[in-house]
Amino acid sequence: MPGREARLSPDLALLIRLRAVVALVVLTVSFSLLSPEFLTAGNLTILVKHVAINAILAIGMTFVIVSGGIDLSVGSIVGLCGMVAGGLLSRGLVLAPLGVVVYPHTWLVVAVALVAGMALGAINGYLVARLGVAPFIATLGLLYAARGAALLLSDGATFSNLGGHPELGNTGLPFIGAGTVLGVPVPIWLMAALAAAATFVATRTPFGRQVYAVGGNARAALLAGVPVSRVRMRVYVISGLCSALVGLIIAAQLGAAHPATGETFELNAIAAVVLGGTSLMGGRGTIPGTLIGAFVIGVLADGLVLLGVSAFWQMVIKGIVIVLAVILDQFQKGRYS
Amino acid sequence: MTGRPAVLEALRVTKLFAGTVALSDVDFRLERGRIHALIGENGAGKSTLLGILAGIEQPTQGELRLDGKPVRFASAGHASRHGIGMIHQELQLFPDMSVSDNLFVGRERRTRWKTVDQAAQEAAARAALGKLGQALPLRALLGTLPLGQQQIVEIARALGHDVRVLLMDEPTSALTGSEIPTLFRVIRDLVARGVSIVYISHRLEELLEIADHVSVLRDGRLVGEAPAAEVDVPWIVERMTGRDSKPRSPDAASSPGAPLLEAKSLRLPARPGRTALDDVSFALRSGEILGLYGLMGAGRTELLESLLGVHADLSGEVVLQERSLDGLGVSERVAAGLAMVPEDRKAAGLVPTLTVRDNITLSSLDRIARYGHLSPKQETSAAQAWVDALRVRAPSLTAPVDALSGGNQQKLILARAAMSQPRVLLLDEPTRGVDVAAKREILESMRRLAHEGVGVVFATSDLAEVQAVATRVLAMARGRITADFDASKATADALASAASRRVGEPDARA
Repeated sequence: MPGREARLSPDLALLIRLRAVVALVVLTVSFSLLSPEFLTAGNLTILVKHVAINAILAIGMTFVIVSGGIDLSVGSIVGLCGMVAGGLLSRGLVLAPLGVVVYPHTWLVVAVALVAGMALGAINGYLVARLGVAPFIATLGLLYAARGAALLLSDGATFSNLGGHPELGNTGLPFIGAGTVLGVPVPIWLMAALAAAATFVATRTPFGRQVYAVGGNARAALLAGVPVSRVRMRVYVISGLCSALVGLIIAAQLGAAHPATGETFELNAIAAVVLGGTSLMGGRGTIPGTLIGAFVIGVLADGLVLLGVSAFWQMVIKGIVIVLAVILDQFQKGRYS
Repeated sequence: MTGRPAVLEALRVTKLFAGTVALSDVDFRLERGRIHALIGENGAGKSTLLGILAGIEQPTQGELRLDGKPVRFASAGHASRHGIGMIHQELQLFPDMSVSDNLFVGRERRTRWKTVDQAAQEAAARAALGKLGQALPLRALLGTLPLGQQQIVEIARALGHDVRVLLMDEPTSALTGSEIPTLFRVIRDLVARGVSIVYISHRLEELLEIADHVSVLRDGRLVGEAPAAEVDVPWIVERMTGRDSKPRSPDAASSPGAPLLEAKSLRLPARPGRTALDDVSFALRSGEILGLYGLMGAGRTELLESLLGVHADLSGEVVLQERSLDGLGVSERVAAGLAMVPEDRKAAGLVPTLTVRDNITLSSLDRIARYGHLSPKQETSAAQAWVDALRVRAPSLTAPVDALSGGNQQKLILARAAMSQPRVLLLDEPTRGVDVAAKREILESMRRLAHEGVGVVFATSDLAEVQAVATRVLAMARGRITADFDASKATADALASAASRRVGEPDARA
C-alpha cells in the first residue's frame, strides 16, 4: 500500500523506521537525567553484561525467526548446557565399569557443552525441517524435555564450586563469565564477536541470504534450488549454540549451575528480536536491529531498577513497550487499518 | 459512440502514486448493458482505472459519474452499495468453506436465534446459481471444485449485492479452454439482464469475441477506443505497444543436439489437488524447445515438478546427461543443472521480502560467492547483467519485487533461472497473465537459451504459444502423454484433439 507511507510526513516515517534507536536514545537520556547513577561506568558495565546474555540468545533467535520459525526452547537449553558443564566440572565423568572418575579439561567441558547445545538445536531442526512439526510445537516440546533433563542430571540440585581444582586441571571457567580483556568483561566481547559474525553471515553469505529467502517464501526458495530443510536445520543449530554459550556464561558468572537457570529467557530473546524490527512472519530482520532491541530491554530494566520502580510495574511497562513497538511496525508496513 | 446512456463514466481521471503517474487524464465511458474491454500492457494503468471505478482507489484528479451524476466512492464497500461489483484476478474466496457459505460470507442469513440459517442460505444459493444456469454442489468445499466453477461462485457472490456494473479483472486467466465458453455464456446472460461489464484480459482474441467496445491504455494514457466490431488484434497490439506487430516467422528448424534429459516411466499417485502421472516417458535433446500442451489438470505441472524432484512419492527415473537424479532433492537437482520457472509467480516464484537483485541471484549464490563471501558489488553487477539481458524493467536493483509489473516479475524469475546456467530449463505457463510485449520477450529468451544448447521444456495451454516457439510438442491428458508431434505437424486441431483424448483411446504415438 504505497498510499499509507506517502501520507506520513517524511520526518515521522523516518522516526518510526528508527523507532528502536529513538526509544534507546530517549530511555538513555531520561534515565541519565532522572538517576545520577545511570551513566556511571560501574552501572553501564553491569547493564551491558546483562544485555549480553539476552543479546546472544536474541542473535540466534533472529536467524530462527527470519527463517519463519520460532525457538521456545532456548531458555531450557541454557539450563541444560549449564548443567552439563557444571556436572562435568564438579563431579567429573563417572566411568562406572572402570571404577574411575575422569575430570575433563575445562576447554573440553566448554566444547562438550557447546556441542550439546548444537545437538539440542539439531533436534528442533530435525522435527521442524524433516518431520514437518510446527516450530512452535517442536520447540515447546524441547522446552519441557530439556528442562526435565537438566533437573534429572542432578536430581534438582545445584552444581557448585565450578572454579575447578588446579590438581584436576579443570580451572578457568569463571574467566568466561567474570574475566575481563582490556578492561572489558568477557561476555561483552563474546556478544560483540558473535554480533559481528552473525551480521556477516546474515548479509554476506549464501546461507544468510537463503535464511531470508526461506522465511520470505519457502515454496519459491525450494523451487529456486535453496536447500530449505538444511537451512531450517541450521538456524536451530545456531540458536542452540548461542543458548549453550549463554548457559556457560551464567554458570561461569555464578560459579554454579542451577537446573532452573534460563526460565523465560526465550521470551526476552523474542522480545528483543521483535523490538529490533524483525517480522514474526519471517523474511525480514537484521542483527543490528536485534542488538538495539536487546539494549532497549536492558536499559529499561536497569533504569527502572535504579529509579526504584517495583518489579511488578517493570513487567507491566515491558509488556506495553513490546506491544507498542509491534504496533509501530504494523504502521510502518502500512498494514495498520 | 452509440447513443446508449452511460451508466458509469470516468472524466479526465488522473492518479498519482507517490509521485509516479499511474493514470493521466483518462476518459472512460461504460454504456448500459454493454461489455467494455480494457486493454493494455502490465503497468499501463488498467488495474488502477478498474480500482478507481470500484472505489478501491480515489482519483487524484477528475471525477466519476454514475447515471450522469457526479459521485465519489470512499471505499469499495461504498461503490458496492451503488451497485458496482468487482471480480478480482485472484479469487477472493474461502476454499475450506462450502459453496453456499462462500456466497454469504459477511452477510449470513440468520435464524431467529441469531445462528446461521443454512436452509435459507442454500435455497438462496441455489436460486443465485440457477440464474447463472449453474447447478453446483452447494455443500461441497469450494476448494474441491475446478477453478472454472469457483469463478462462477465468485460471480454469483458479486451478484448477490444487486450489481449493475461488474468489473472483471482477468476472469479467464485461470480457466481452461472448455470453461471459458461457460463463463462467456454467463456474462452474456448478465448483459441481457441489463448488467454492464468492464472486462480486462490479456487474451486479445477472447476480448474481441466477448466485448462490444474496447479502450486501449498505454503508460497511463488512453491511446485508442473503438467498437470491437471495427478493430482486430493487430490494431490493438499496435496501440498497446506503440509499434507494429509483425508475426515472427518461426526459426528454421535448428538441428537438435545431444540427448540431455530422459524421463523413464514416471508414475505419481493422485492426491487431492494433484493429477496422477501414469507411465510418462520422454527424452529431451540439447537445443530442443519441448512444449507440453494440455488443459488444466492434464498433469503438466506435476510432470515438471516431478522432473525437479518436488514429489517424494514419484516412481520411475529421471536421467540428466547420463546421470540418474534418483534420490536427489530439489536443491541438488538445481545444482545438477535443472531450473524451474513456476506457474504461480506470487506463490512459488517471487520472494516478496527480497529485493530485485536478491531474487535474481537466489539460484546462483554459491557461484557468485568467493570463499563463501558474497560481495555486494559482484552480486549487483552479475544481477545487472541479467536484468539487461532479459530487459527486466525495474526501478532499481534494490527495489522490492512488488514494484514490478507482472511481466517484469516473470522476466525476473526467468533471469534467476537463466543465471543459474541450467542445462535444462523447465517453465510452467511462462507467459500466463503477462502482456504482449513481455510475452514476446520471454519467448525470445527461451529461443535464445535453446540456441545456446539449453534444453527447454515448457507447459502451456495456449495453442498459439506452442506453435510460435516449440520445436516439438507433447500433448498431455489426464496424466499421460497422448501425442508426440514435430512442431511442423502440430496443428491446432491435432493438438486439441490429443489434449482432450480420454485414457484408453488410441495413442497417437502408436
